[in-house]
Amino acid sequence: MPKRDDINSVLVIGSGPIVIGQACEFDYSGTQACRVLREEGVRVILVNSNPATIMTDPDFADATYIEPITAEILETIIQKERPDAILPTLGGQTALNAAIQLHERGILEKYDVELIGASFDAINKGEDRMIFKQLVLDAGANVARSFIARTVEEAVGYADDLGYPLVVRPSFTMGGLGSGFAYTEVELRRIVTDGLHHSPTTEVLLEESILGWKEYELEMMRDTADNTVVVCSIENVDPVGVHTGDSITVAPALTLTDREFQHLRDISIDIIRAVGVDTGGCNIQFAINPADGRVIVIEMNPRVSRSSALASKATGFPIAKIAAKLAIGYRLDEIPNDITGVTPASFEPTLDYVVVKVPRFAFEKFPAADPRLSTTMKSVGEAMAIGRSYASALQKALRSLEKRGSSFHWGEETRTVDELLAAAEIPTDGRIVTVQQALRRGATIDQVFAATKIDPWFIDQIMLINEIADQVAAADRLDRDVMILAKDHGFSDAQIGELRGFGEADVRTVRHILGVRPVFKTVDTCAGEFPALTPYHYSSYDDETEVARSDRRKVVILGSGPNRIGQGVEFDYSCVHASFALSEAGYETIMINCNPETVSTDYDTSDRLYFEPLTLEDVLEVIYAESQSGELVGVVVQLGGQTALSLARGLEAAGIPILGTTPDAIDLAEERGLFSKILDDAGLLAPRNGTAIDFSGAVVVAEEIGYPVLVRPSYVLGGRGMEIVYDSLSLADYFARMAGQGIIGAGHPLLVDRFLDDAIEIDVDAIYDGHELYIGGVMEHIEEAGIHSGDSSCTLPPVTLGRAEIDRVREATLGIARGIGVRGLLNVQFAIGAGVLYVLEANPRASRTVPFVAKALGITLAKAAALIMVGTTIAELKADGKLPLIDGSRVPIESPVAVKEAVLPFNRFRTPDGLVVDSILGPEMRSTGEVMGIDRDFPRAFAKSQLAAYGGIPLSGTVFVSVSDRDKRAIILPMLRLQQLGYEITATIGTAEVLQRNGIRARVVTKFSEKAGEDDVSIVELIRREEIQIVINTPGGSSARADGYEIRAAAVAGDLPLFTTIAELSAAVASIDSIRDGFEVTSLQEYAMERTALR
Amino acid sequence: MPDSTAPDQAVPDRSVPTPAVAIAAVTATFSVTNVPGPAVLVLEDGRRFVGRSYGSEGQTLGEIVFATGMTGYQETLTDPSYAGQIVLMTAPHIGNTGMNDEDMESRQIWVAGLIVREPARIASNFRATRTLDDELDVQGIVGIRGIDTRAVTRHIRSKGAMKSGVFSGDPFGLSDSEQLERVLSGAAMRGRNLSLEVSTVEPFSIAARGERIGSVAVLDLGVKTSTLTYLAERGFEVLVLPQSVTAEHVLSLKPSALFFSNGPGDPAASDAHVTLLQEVLRAGIPYFGICFGNQLLGRALGFRTYKLPFGHRGINQPVLDKTTGRVEITSQNHGFAVDMPIHGIHDSRSGFGRVEVSHYSLNDQVVEGIRCLDINAFSVQYHPEAAAGPHDANHLFDRFRDVVLASQSAVAGETK
Repeated sequence: MPKRDDINSVLVIGSGPIVIGQACEFDYSGTQACRVLREEGVRVILVNSNPATIMTDPDFADATYIEPITAEILETIIQKERPDAILPTLGGQTALNAAIQLHERGILEKYDVELIGASFDAINKGEDRMIFKQLVLDAGANVARSFIARTVEEAVGYADDLGYPLVVRPSFTMGGLGSGFAYTEVELRRIVTDGLHHSPTTEVLLEESILGWKEYELEMMRDTADNTVVVCSIENVDPVGVHTGDSITVAPALTLTDREFQHLRDISIDIIRAVGVDTGGCNIQFAINPADGRVIVIEMNPRVSRSSALASKATGFPIAKIAAKLAIGYRLDEIPNDITGVTPASFEPTLDYVVVKVPRFAFEKFPAADPRLSTTMKSVGEAMAIGRSYASALQKALRSLEKRGSSFHWGEETRTVDELLAAAEIPTDGRIVTVQQALRRGATIDQVFAATKIDPWFIDQIMLINEIADQVAAADRLDRDVMILAKDHGFSDAQIGELRGFGEADVRTVRHILGVRPVFKTVDTCAGEFPALTPYHYSSYDDETEVARSDRRKVVILGSGPNRIGQGVEFDYSCVHASFALSEAGYETIMINCNPETVSTDYDTSDRLYFEPLTLEDVLEVIYAESQSGELVGVVVQLGGQTALSLARGLEAAGIPILGTTPDAIDLAEERGLFSKILDDAGLLAPRNGTAIDFSGAVVVAEEIGYPVLVRPSYVLGGRGMEIVYDSLSLADYFARMAGQGIIGAGHPLLVDRFLDDAIEIDVDAIYDGHELYIGGVMEHIEEAGIHSGDSSCTLPPVTLGRAEIDRVREATLGIARGIGVRGLLNVQFAIGAGVLYVLEANPRASRTVPFVAKALGITLAKAAALIMVGTTIAELKADGKLPLIDGSRVPIESPVAVKEAVLPFNRFRTPDGLVVDSILGPEMRSTGEVMGIDRDFPRAFAKSQLAAYGGIPLSGTVFVSVSDRDKRAIILPMLRLQQLGYEITATIGTAEVLQRNGIRARVVTKFSEKAGEDDVSIVELIRREEIQIVINTPGGSSARADGYEIRAAAVAGDLPLFTTIAELSAAVASIDSIRDGFEVTSLQEYAMERTALR
Repeated sequence: MPDSTAPDQAVPDRSVPTPAVAIAAVTATFSVTNVPGPAVLVLEDGRRFVGRSYGSEGQTLGEIVFATGMTGYQETLTDPSYAGQIVLMTAPHIGNTGMNDEDMESRQIWVAGLIVREPARIASNFRATRTLDDELDVQGIVGIRGIDTRAVTRHIRSKGAMKSGVFSGDPFGLSDSEQLERVLSGAAMRGRNLSLEVSTVEPFSIAARGERIGSVAVLDLGVKTSTLTYLAERGFEVLVLPQSVTAEHVLSLKPSALFFSNGPGDPAASDAHVTLLQEVLRAGIPYFGICFGNQLLGRALGFRTYKLPFGHRGINQPVLDKTTGRVEITSQNHGFAVDMPIHGIHDSRSGFGRVEVSHYSLNDQVVEGIRCLDINAFSVQYHPEAAAGPHDANHLFDRFRDVVLASQSAVAGETK
């Protein structure tokens, strides 16, 4: 059947903020869907609360709503836009759950709007574990023995039958949230309690343990004619027990016979048919007992998933794009395969290479968290690599992680075989390296298999890598044969250098003299059977290269690598925008990146795509290959975050032109001494500061500049180890905790800055062309200075800054841009304390807020910056209409206000005892994503941001408040207002006293630490009993530390709104009035028209 | 031609419970520290690819083809249709699951040579009883590893399948021109009849499984084990006949149906089989053919066959079933095809009435199945028995059963 003619408009639901388990893969799938639908002439209405995404770029939809993804808001949008259909299968579990709600509330029926991509029935069959289990059994396949429990006691009863350990899985959650293995009844009670809470249907599934079985996934697509294809098979190297998102995975499956694979395929087809997915895709997960081949179906997702993004990148088969076409009625055989151009999409891709995905974790951000991997996903990002062999792909993937110690190494290993094997038994970040070390020390394949249950074939491949390493180390000379052998097995120049005892650069020089360079092969879906039209390349040390010649001038754009806290989709947004802008300006754009979740690694985004690690070696080789095939103008390094920026020096040294701000200029901003000089020249102030290499020195510096001070180790990225210290006692505590980590000492001192208490922090994004400064936006933080800019909420335009202050900020930004010599983007952080403007730091690169500025004000800085880097001036951009004539420092009074709020992953991380990790905000960034609320004034916009981030502020109930002495004065007004609004107030004794004396009735509750006995009800129990709806707790001195932690942990575990700063509390209180009438929605396109009218 | 090396000597030990033990039993035959000797792949047009020897050492000649399946090397290697061909596996890792006793598609490996980028060093699968390396060695199959297999594939794709040779051991030392000369002296696939080489010498039969519905005479042109199993499972007593039988002999067996299998070689060189088929069809016996059997039906109906540039060899080939409008993902292995317009109804040029193309390839519109409208005969170019490959088209065996049952009741009706 060709395209349906009854669907003229479609509402696409996005996945909201980036959280663990739901990352920018849904920006990739959603962006593809929007593109496809518009190409097909369908009016696209998009809703997504995440401003950092590419899909929310107003160019990708006809009406883009950056609004909270709730049933109420969706109904408002449906009422306004009256779409013919809703496509909920490309926005992860968020969109799917929203669709279920719309169905259950009768909204779909009321507005006569159809779900496409998957019907409600199919979603329900796939997601409801009981129905799904029956359906699998009907298909003649097996499931793990299981029971559904609705209460903890019921669960304990079933556990007797199933035996320990057993698996707990809540229904309708994503990323395995709330699931886990229970080894004892105590653990079972805890996990089930959590799981029941997280499951929207208050059900958990208890399942027999299949720990240690081989785990597989099949990515399927099916159309209305029942044509079904398996796009890709994915094998988990880490066996069952580790969430697939946290596993090292490989595509295609490498340890299945055809008989076993076809068995999985047959089951998958039966299941997708029975579930009734007939206009889209799904993924099905299997476990196979390695001893006898018994197959168990684990689960299916009737939607596009993280794995489908991986499968799309792994095969070149764009699942989301095809899913969108199927949703509007096409059949697979009516859709051409983009890559060959001549064959249809009704086929199964075949690979002549191996793809390996490795997860990236952020445990260093949550030191208290249990580092054991389990069925709850904990990784924050992933890197993918393509190689002509598993060994090479694995080694490339590991080095793509850009994390010290993540690659195989052959240095000193002091642990014994037994110690290493014992360590490898527990799945953790970096277990693969432990396995490699164990094999190096003489462990056998059988021993490693017994410890890890990793398939022996994969273990042997690591053994092979070790053997090659031995050969490289033992060779008489590093000759051509040895070099090729090492390279063919994925060894980097740095690894070869380590083995031969010299530097990476020397290895490279020798290698080039020997004429050993990679060739670039093509991802073509068909193993070479048909010519490929899309230049989607990966390196290999083979004979023949497939890089085509080109006469166009080329620009290479370096992406930002795997997502991590502090570097995520925002940078991909900038890279993709640069690619679009440069392509439009006539350049051939060449993207290098290794993150399979992104839009930048879609073969449709740039003219050429290289899926390669972002290391100097790998980037240099791509650049060499491209310069052999045409004229290279230069490389863009300022958009891919620290990853790309850190390569600037090396590239420059190799004679590669860096576009925009020069590496020397970048250093001016990063080097403290040089930067002070720039500030002096511009007449600007930085907070008083000094450095120390030990505790006594630090005390001297701190006393000289005055407490509180902000301390941080130098040469540590992402705010790691950054803390605010109020006295010498806590400074001693800080040193005690940092001791032994070797991060503070001679050569790498501790930086001590005066901390500006109660200052207002300001972020500025700007571009500079050497003559003119253009402000993208002046963002005012809602929290006072001291909280990492990535974790704090902010408003655009600023809501409490006067024109004079904004003018000062503008002048200061200009002074810094000039001083550094910026060509392109600049982000500056300021603080205004007691009327004085301080410069906190400046980064001559894209910041996380570039996409927020674009969505809030319609100023697309990344595109403009890319053009400035190739010589266009701001004046020209304005003249061409690529930048508004008036910059972001002057926002008309009628303009809407946008609020960005951070989303934090605390409920993902538990201590080894099962407690939630602490959730106070600080100078170290820990958020994974962000949302935006936009409305006509600040209170409304703020309320929307809260609704989008965590479900919003309850309109009635009990507020618990306990604040530090510093904050007691500041809470009086907000608490009075809350009481007037009808909230009950409960407080700990100290806070209650202050409130009572100010005329605010407050019930006193016992602190956790002062609990008199089992019968005494402390605040923690009140929260657990759901008698509290809002928690206000600001961290105080060290005596209150433990209590504060317990309170916040209980609040996070209960998903309650938690305010840890007075500023956010005040904003929330101000917003409550505006929520009561419900929200209005306005699309970005409507705002743009208003803006045009205002200008 | 190697024979009597049927690998039935290794009885799998079913008591072995864990893969670790199974693996220990079949661990590596070589490792990189024991580097095999050099080998070279020489193509008819003079291109050379130097790698390392794999399997047996020596010399082998044959038509070079590439197979794109990512699983199923054991089934592929033991598929008689590959006789006379040097097969390049586009999947880089081959041998990971070793060899087992259940997945043999015939008694031996038939490929003339094997080209692999990365052979496995160990076999890892609960059913594995031996490594692929051992098997190649035992059966004397000459192979080459460690070459840029994608470059070779792209070369064949643009230049077409061609004569080739692999030289290792002593023959590796021959001069380039001597090696090329040997390659050129090898037999071309066009015009080659290989049926004799692969067919059973003695007839044998397999009992029907379940209720017997009749017998099917199978002309063994290189039949696969799976095909025979599926026929037996459909209630046929399977009478497997050597390719040299006469029509008289076939008819004397009074089979309920006739089946022509897949097999190697050029269908244009199989006149005797075409004549046999025509005679049996004239006797009104229902017919089903697979692969070679499709080409021979095409010829029997009076159509021509031709050689494809590089053939279809893989397990991901989309075929449109014109009757249902559905797409089947099929297993294919053919270098020749029937020359017939894919649309419309055509008259058999040899008097069998109306004929139509029932299936065609969505990749390149090559004929993938034909159906007679006036007699009970149909065939497909692809492999409904799969092995290796998807089971999408397995229902064709049911269709065959239904056709035979229908013709039986029609005959019964007439005799009443």
